Amino acid sequence: MRIAPLLALAVIGLPVTAGLAGTVLPAFGFLPALGRETFSLEPFRELFAAPALGDSVRLSLVTGLAAALISLGLAGAFTAAATGTPAFERMRRLLAPLLAVPHAAAAFAFAFLIAPSGLILRLLSPWATGFERPPNVLVIGDPAGLSLIAGLVLKETPFLILLILAALPQMPTTRSRQLAASLGYGRMAGFVFLQWQPLYRQIRLGVLAVIAFSSSVIDVALILGPNLPAPLSVRLAQWMVDPDLSLRFMASAGAVLQLFVTMAAILCWIGLEWLGAVLLAGLRDRGLRFARDAIARAMAVGLPLATALLLILGILALFLWCCAGFWPFPDALPGNWTLRSWRSAWPRLDGPLATTMIAAIASTAIGMILVVLRLATRPSGRPPAALSRGVMWLPLLLPQVGFLFGLQLLAIRTGTDGTYGALILSHLIFVIPYLMIALQDGWAALDPRYERVATALGASPLRTFFAIRLPLMTNALLAAFAIGFAVSVGQYLTTVLIGAGRLPTLTTEAVALAAGDNRRIIAVYALLQTMPPLILFAIAAILPTLLWRNRRAMAA
Amino acid sequence: MTVGKAWLSAALCLFGLAGSLSPALAENKAPAVSDWTAIEKAAEGQTVQWNAWGGAENINAYIDWVGERMEALYGVSVNHVRLSDTAEAVSRVLAEKAAGRTANGSVDLIWINGENFVAMKERGLLETPGWATLLPNWKYVDVKGKPTVVTDFTVPTDGLESPWGMAKLTFWHDTARTEAGQLPHSAKEIADWLKDNPGRFTYPAPPDFIGSTFLKQLLVETAPEKIDLSQPATDENFAAATKTMFAMLDEMRPNLWRGGQRHPENYPAMKALLADGEIDILFAFNPGEASSGIAAGELPETVRPLPFPAGTLGNSHFVTVPFNAANREGALLLANFLISPEAQIRKENAELWGDPTVLDVASLPEDDRKAFESLPRGPATPSPEQTGPVIVEPHASWQDRLEAEWEKRYVVGG
Repeated sequence: MRIAPLLALAVIGLPVTAGLAGTVLPAFGFLPALGRETFSLEPFRELFAAPALGDSVRLSLVTGLAAALISLGLAGAFTAAATGTPAFERMRRLLAPLLAVPHAAAAFAFAFLIAPSGLILRLLSPWATGFERPPNVLVIGDPAGLSLIAGLVLKETPFLILLILAALPQMPTTRSRQLAASLGYGRMAGFVFLQWQPLYRQIRLGVLAVIAFSSSVIDVALILGPNLPAPLSVRLAQWMVDPDLSLRFMASAGAVLQLFVTMAAILCWIGLEWLGAVLLAGLRDRGLRFARDAIARAMAVGLPLATALLLILGILALFLWCCAGFWPFPDALPGNWTLRSWRSAWPRLDGPLATTMIAAIASTAIGMILVVLRLATRPSGRPPAALSRGVMWLPLLLPQVGFLFGLQLLAIRTGTDGTYGALILSHLIFVIPYLMIALQDGWAALDPRYERVATALGASPLRTFFAIRLPLMTNALLAAFAIGFAVSVGQYLTTVLIGAGRLPTLTTEAVALAAGDNRRIIAVYALLQTMPPLILFAIAAILPTLLWRNRRAMAA
Repeated sequence: MTVGKAWLSAALCLFGLAGSLSPALAENKAPAVSDWTAIEKAAEGQTVQWNAWGGAENINAYIDWVGERMEALYGVSVNHVRLSDTAEAVSRVLAEKAAGRTANGSVDLIWINGENFVAMKERGLLETPGWATLLPNWKYVDVKGKPTVVTDFTVPTDGLESPWGMAKLTFWHDTARTEAGQLPHSAKEIADWLKDNPGRFTYPAPPDFIGSTFLKQLLVETAPEKIDLSQPATDENFAAATKTMFAMLDEMRPNLWRGGQRHPENYPAMKALLADGEIDILFAFNPGEASSGIAAGELPETVRPLPFPAGTLGNSHFVTVPFNAANREGALLLANFLISPEAQIRKENAELWGDPTVLDVASLPEDDRKAFESLPRGPATPSPEQTGPVIVEPHASWQDRLEAEWEKRYVVGG
């Protein structure tokens, strides 16, 4: 049992370390498989000679910072305005399923909405705008990456709000609110002055993960990002599959650069944190009360709600397109309906659908076992060591290209590329941390007296675990399973590189289709990609009420 | 010598022998292409990993149908590995060769032509030369009437790839929105026309093959006559040949759709733009493209060909088998099926794909000939006169340089 808690760490730590080495060595010209056994800086020289590299780097940096800043602003303002109100609980129910929408599908939904020929302009044209043809403006893929940032905010805001929701119960929210109110502070100011900083410390790693993800994302950037030039990570992935093998060295050098870019983004963020703390202290020390914050509160609640509704409207647009016949601009609805897109896509769906389900179920199930093993065998009451916490967060804090390139080389060398085993293992690297995030707080929050009573009555640790701990954790386990499943379904680069093109999933197929811009087929794939996680979230939400019909406290 | 030592030396001998014999054995095990019965037998139960561009739904659906037929006819499964760029497959085979994987490769068949074929040919990444001409259905291929089935971008195919379809660059417009008389009728007229119609034209970003083809079309229209484009490109002739062309592209750029800041990824993406009225001109390599687009509800029924009387580029596209294909026999069987009358008839049907045949229709058995002649052509498929004469592709080396130069000039952010 001693190694049990370490298993989860090993499944993450070993491949990530090996992957990092496999990326860094070729970056310095060392890759025996291609007959290069000496070190050189040539790959970096080639990299820095690539046209418009600076623009790509700037894009990645700005995207990472802006997406995190806006998402955190929305999530924080919402929490400040809504804690302790019924809106807060309602938001939780709305957000959890939105978290299940894979990034690629959310990006498509957003694109279908805001493109010049998208649903919003169709609804407004020509009666309000006068447009008979879509306006010739660059919205999707604008060179500044604005639509890319907006698309990321759409997904990261719910993620951060849910992280906050998980952290809040450990804080004295009600008492602080009453204290602030008694001193005449507005609701939002009271929250920000008294509770924001301790709360932020708890979700900080999550925010840094948002920066790392946004500054190195590939699938969303392929759909919404600029392509002349594309963000750094997208160009790296393109070099990686170029027929000119020598480009692999450059791609690896680029992956090292990406590590630095992400690190730089995080450093900038730490600067921003400091700036924010100074500003906050300044405002607080002036004694400003901000008592009349009704408008700010309405906005703070309204904006995240609007992003959620935007996503839902986008998914509606996917539904329209998946069954649309000929549908010219500016018609608000298709002229005729047809199942042709479903019929033509269906015969090719079975393989990717099966692969998606196998990888998701297997990786989530294995991940659950490892995470539960770790939680159950860890001495209770003691917070995890900094090192193991760091390992857990490693896959989320590193840009994916930084270690997946090396991992792919490793898979090719061992002949395991394109096998289910390697695919499931690579998904586990990302599934386990999310399972851990989803489970650990609930696990620690369980009243220890239940288990103590069982032990006192003579039950063995194993029996206590199966008869007391697991049943009491059912709701949390179900919710975690849904999250892990959604994470696996959403994996893009991992599946492309480790699956070696032979194990396509709904996600890789959908992103591959993005290039073709066939809106009907894209809609079919994006919807199918969204459905399994959504159904799972629905089950996780409904099952407890059914299971615990006669135990009211458990059904909540 | 003790018994133990004798055993040891015998064992060593055996291992040594086995070691030296195994390559020969491996070769003996793989049946020659000429022994077709053995190929059919060895292929049974194989799953062919067919790496093919997957950006067009009608083509994907056709490939699915091929998979069903292969299963029914030979018990061979087909897995379509969808690529967004054929270079991905070339890269994979190259990587395997570099890693020493000389057998059991992960790519069995590649849809290919042009510079990707030349790259594989030059690096020795393909099945034994001549395999394509040994396929039983080769006898139907129209080598005389369609010379591009044996020369790919001026490079001889040497039987290293088997033709699959014919391509002819074709332009269309929507007659409900524009009149043909007011539109350009050659690539070099587009820059001028765009001045009065800003935003109404775009082309896919090279290295997409249609984007690169548009560059080549402009090149063949504007290159000085004294430069022979069928010869490899060099530093000297490239600059001279492309001077006018890049001047025109520069001139065009601010007037392109989205101000040239964004290009569609490929030609199917342009179909949606034409349908919504964002652009006025659509082009593709397959003359049946617009007809099948109309049938699929992607294009308005009013789309018609836009004649280019001076001619447009034409070529052939092929399939090829990498040297280390794990399912070589299945791949050969598949390549042979693709040039069967049955497969070629379905491919040319404009309601399904509309890709012109590589076969000599006159040489076919009567039933097949009649089936070809009664195929629906579709309302937007041009007659040969409408697209003008076929202009042969420049040497493959031009494309790489064009793409690199294009990237250098235009892949620079705002």
